[in-house]
Amino acid sequence: MPRKDLLDIVSLDREEIDLLLDQAAPFKELFTRSVKKVPALKGKSVLMLFYEPSTRTHSSFEVAAKRLSADVTNFDVAHSSITKGESVRETIETLQAMRTDYVIVRHKASGLPGTIARLTRASVINAGDGAHAHPTQALLDAFTIKEKFPDPSGKKVLIVGDILHSRVARSTSTILKKLGVEVAYLGPGSLVPKTGPENIRRFTDYKEAMAWSPDVVYLLRVQMERQDVQYFPSLREYHKLYGITDARLADISDRGLYLMHPGPVNRGVELCDAVMDYERSLINDQVENGIAVRMAILYWLKPGV
Amino acid sequence: MEHTLNAEEIAEGVQRLAEAIRARTDGRPIALVGIRSRGDEVAERVLNLLAEDDRELEFGILDISLYRDDFEHLHENPKLQESDIPFAVEGAHIILVDDVLFTGRTIRAALDALSDYGRPGRVELAVLIDRGHREVPIQPDYVGITLETSRLDHVLVSLEGTDGIDQVRVVAKEP
Repeated sequence: MPRKDLLDIVSLDREEIDLLLDQAAPFKELFTRSVKKVPALKGKSVLMLFYEPSTRTHSSFEVAAKRLSADVTNFDVAHSSITKGESVRETIETLQAMRTDYVIVRHKASGLPGTIARLTRASVINAGDGAHAHPTQALLDAFTIKEKFPDPSGKKVLIVGDILHSRVARSTSTILKKLGVEVAYLGPGSLVPKTGPENIRRFTDYKEAMAWSPDVVYLLRVQMERQDVQYFPSLREYHKLYGITDARLADISDRGLYLMHPGPVNRGVELCDAVMDYERSLINDQVENGIAVRMAILYWLKPGV
Repeated sequence: MEHTLNAEEIAEGVQRLAEAIRARTDGRPIALVGIRSRGDEVAERVLNLLAEDDRELEFGILDISLYRDDFEHLHENPKLQESDIPFAVEGAHIILVDDVLFTGRTIRAALDALSDYGRPGRVELAVLIDRGHREVPIQPDYVGITLETSRLDHVLVSLEGTDGIDQVRVVAKEP
């Protein structure tokens, strides 16, 4: 049964996750054709409602919608100063008037996409809300991992960085747990929550985390524009303690580990330049897979009537 | 009311397709493209019969779900599977293969899907069963079995590789 909205990973059951991950593969296959577009959503409209700046997620959704032949409208509110209360009411009215079929929402307020979803017939996709959820990132991460490990159950993924404020960490570790993947966190004590999901190992020391023998090292982005900077002494210090330095890259390469990052990368902070040429870096795969997974999501959801 | 075709009759139908294709294409290079689901299995059987000929044969599989014209009427969008067209479509002589030809809408969708891989030199249509009742101007070039049906009948095709048994059932709608 299709859903109307995709708001988080927690509410998806295993069957739905498997369906979406299976369906992404045929969409990825389209990218090898001379015409990459299919007519499945011809005549449908997609509204991009981004209250926070985003280049990657925004353009990934836009490409996904266009490759399904939908019409895309950008409602650029990232830099406007409208207050939350006003903006939401105005937004719902606009959606109804435009007879939009799909709305892609990013907002700094957790739960806002859910509020919009309840008030409109359009399908709402959460493209990141506060520190709450980023379900499409989680699905593309899971798809990328499954490409390397078709049966990911029992594999180990180490998530590194600011776990506390990261919706990526939250959604991606949720989906990985649902797929039977073991997850551990590594980061400064102040940025790794003490409470939270059971059976997630927590490390503050890089060497200890490596001794846990992960299969994948997933680096979170340091949010320079947000709160991160005040939680550790300096970016250089962060790189030294938790970044992939040249020496650590050599070690990771010896161990044959895969590297992931949701992008955009802060070079010299989360990872050194040499990672860009590392053969087991999945960062570019994540970008390409993001389009395929978002196409599968748009194709699966059914707007209300 | 129920009419049934057995494995032997199906095999004869496939044989007729292979012979007609052989006679008409006369050793020229062709590509068989089966339409999911079951068209791919029919295409594979025809391919096996033509494999002994000394000629260039290509094989592909097409999933046309994304090209259907009835999304508005579906409660749930059809499940997708991968297409696999491992040869250059540009200029190729392609024979689309399906199990049942009914309204013709699937073939309309398949022609659209195929054209997004390139511009074939020629496209023909081979079907195991033609049951009539077209809704678009599409006709087959090769037919294995022609069945007289009523528009409301269900033609249920089972094939060994997909369903475990070779059988065709025509089930009449209850009056």
